[in-house]
Amino acid sequence: MNAHASGSPRTAAMLDVAGLRKVYSGSGRTIEAIRDVTFTVGAGELVCIVGPSGAGKTTLLKCIAGLLPPSGGKVVLEGQAVAGPPPAMAVVFQEYGRSLFPWMTVRQNVELPLRQKRLPAARREQLVGDALAAVDLADAHGAYPWQLSGGMQQRVAIARAVAYEPHVLLMDEPFAAVDAQTRADLEDLIRRLWHRLKVTVLFVTHDIEEAVYLGERVLILSHAPTVIMEDVVIDLPDERSQLETRSLPRFSELRKHVYAKIQLAKQGWRPPGESKT
Amino acid sequence: MGDSQRRSDAGFRAKNLAWMQASIGLIGFAAVLELAPQLGLVSPRYLPPFSVIAAALANELQQANFWAALAFTMRSWAIGLTISVLAGASLGILIGSSAWLQAVTRSTIEFLRPIPSVALIPVAILLFGTTLQSNLVLVIYASFWQVLVQVLSGVQDVDPVARETAQSYRFGHWALIRHVIWPTTLPYLMTGIRLAASVALILAITAELTIGTPGLGRELSLAQSGGAVAVMYAYLIVMGLIGVLVNVAARGLERSIMPWHPSLRSEQPV
Amino acid sequence: MKGGQTLRQAGLALGLPAALLATWWIASSGSANFYFPPLQTIAQTFVEVWVSPRLLDDVVPSLARLAAGYFGAVVLGLLIGIPIGLSRALRNTLEPVLEFLRAIPPPALVPILILFAGIGDTMKTLVIVSGCIWPVLLNTVEGVRGRDEVLEDVTRCYRIRGFARLWHFVIPSASPQMFTGLRQALSIGIILMVISEMFAASNGLGFAIIQFERSFAVAEMWTGIIMLGLIGIGLAQVFRLVERRMLAWYHGLRQSQRAGG
Repeated sequence: MNAHASGSPRTAAMLDVAGLRKVYSGSGRTIEAIRDVTFTVGAGELVCIVGPSGAGKTTLLKCIAGLLPPSGGKVVLEGQAVAGPPPAMAVVFQEYGRSLFPWMTVRQNVELPLRQKRLPAARREQLVGDALAAVDLADAHGAYPWQLSGGMQQRVAIARAVAYEPHVLLMDEPFAAVDAQTRADLEDLIRRLWHRLKVTVLFVTHDIEEAVYLGERVLILSHAPTVIMEDVVIDLPDERSQLETRSLPRFSELRKHVYAKIQLAKQGWRPPGESKT
Repeated sequence: MGDSQRRSDAGFRAKNLAWMQASIGLIGFAAVLELAPQLGLVSPRYLPPFSVIAAALANELQQANFWAALAFTMRSWAIGLTISVLAGASLGILIGSSAWLQAVTRSTIEFLRPIPSVALIPVAILLFGTTLQSNLVLVIYASFWQVLVQVLSGVQDVDPVARETAQSYRFGHWALIRHVIWPTTLPYLMTGIRLAASVALILAITAELTIGTPGLGRELSLAQSGGAVAVMYAYLIVMGLIGVLVNVAARGLERSIMPWHPSLRSEQPV
Repeated sequence: MKGGQTLRQAGLALGLPAALLATWWIASSGSANFYFPPLQTIAQTFVEVWVSPRLLDDVVPSLARLAAGYFGAVVLGLLIGIPIGLSRALRNTLEPVLEFLRAIPPPALVPILILFAGIGDTMKTLVIVSGCIWPVLLNTVEGVRGRDEVLEDVTRCYRIRGFARLWHFVIPSASPQMFTGLRQALSIGIILMVISEMFAASNGLGFAIIQFERSFAVAEMWTGIIMLGLIGIGLAQVFRLVERRMLAWYHGLRQSQRAGG
């Protein structure tokens, strides 16, 4: 289950978002949700996106995932423009209770996208087994989603994404609806999977500490019409643990920095030189 | 964020579009009814063109017997519906207010409910002949179950905490019904009335068709015996329109009593 | 302890029906009322009438027509309902017409169908189809329309399209609502089965009942009615068993939701 890695993993741009714009219009009124979002994600990076509520995080993710057509700019994945959900991308949604098919068992849920890819049965079985083992749900093959706890359901969704062997993993506030204890376990799970699979991860969250804990970089969004306020490099050690990393002084500094930026965003910060349209 | 804004804008345009599409549908339907017999796709003897049916309908509307028949049908409907709503609501609340009554009557209700109302047609004929009472037997039997089942669902929906609180304050039986059971049950009762209203209409017409009591159903079968095919279709249209009116009125009533859109409640068999 | 509980449950379930039957029996035992013969007479007549070739001659053809009409309506209702449920344009266009058509009482269509199809089995089957199709169609449309948006996004992301999307997502998602329609259609089917036979038939349960009524064979008429009731109850039970099996996942899901999961 290794993701593709071309040459040096930190230089090849996996995902290139350029001038992304999203406008909703109807009956003479237009809402500019996203004004100009530009960033790149290198192969194998783990990038987090934070922003105040109203920053259009989900809209941004849906545009990148090909679920929403952008009104301007483009999203380029591995050199190809994204015009609809691309095969090299997998998404984990926030509402885990609604993202698994309740009439299928855990194994069937994880296997379904693989059947769409026309993989032979043996390969599918291997992928499903490995994915469920990787999220510590090896015993839950035959269970139905509604028989599992919220955290376990989200892990099934992650297993499904992982088994799909995507090049980019998009996660839309996946742990927002989960209790704090479970959230900590799942955050560590993501880091572990990321290390093992060398997959590129784009992780959207409203939780500042989570973003700093998980990411190699944190993109801070402004309020709508959204632009990127800052691209913060997280220079924390690569080996992270809930107890130790979170008590590092550097963690605290980074957290304060991001928090301050978000406060500015909430107060209506706009980039200098922006025209007042 | 911008999502709700976007939805309301889109909603306004979508509503206009929906009206347009609905009109196209209706006009298209009338066009098919007109052209199919004209073009010979269907024999005009079995399906007269829409224009012919419309003319027959216009003609019928000028006859006194049409309006008399309409009055008969609506009378059966109104009386039958009222009786079944009163009976169904009171029996439902009575049963629902006591756990013991619920347990004792459950099997009987499950047993009687699937018995089709048409089983009573011969009984009605024997007992009451072609009178209003015949109609009422069928109408009340079918509509009653609609109301009863909905009210029982409503009573089961009562918050057990509220019920226990009332009991701990030693509410009397009557007070329990008035303050705890009735408010919760009211929306369900409204749904039951809506379902019963359309069932009552269908049974009233069915009774007139099969038993021969005066009403729209009997006019239809008279037209059939007289071979007046266009008139038959005219009556079908009238029945359909009245059915739609009753449905719309009932939905309006339901919505006015309840500010929120009724959640999906399962309809019960006729 | 367990035995006591089962006894209590059985007592509750059978208590009222037994009491009602007993009352009926006693109240009618000396009855000279022409229309309400003693229950004892009815019971005896029931065996005479129905434990006989009549079962094959009347009940079987009725049930066969019911089956043909019911399953025909189910297939049509699903085939038409799924596309309508998937397309908002189709829904908006067809909804008023469908609302109008379904408001027409199905028995009122019998005279028209006799015109088209005569008075044979075809007519009766068509009558059943014309009534059963509406709950199936309308509930299918509702069920398909109400599919979960998040799940819809999931199928798009993982590129589950075309037939696979229908088979793995749309249809299972709509199936609880579809079953509501199927259940309503069953009761409507039984009613129309009887009515179509009352109009014009040479065999069938409805035909038999009306024959009894016309020849004032009152006890026999009551046994026919009871037979009809038993069939209605029996089919409802069969349906419940089938539904519980096919919607096992749905019942499990709702149970876990109610438990506050």
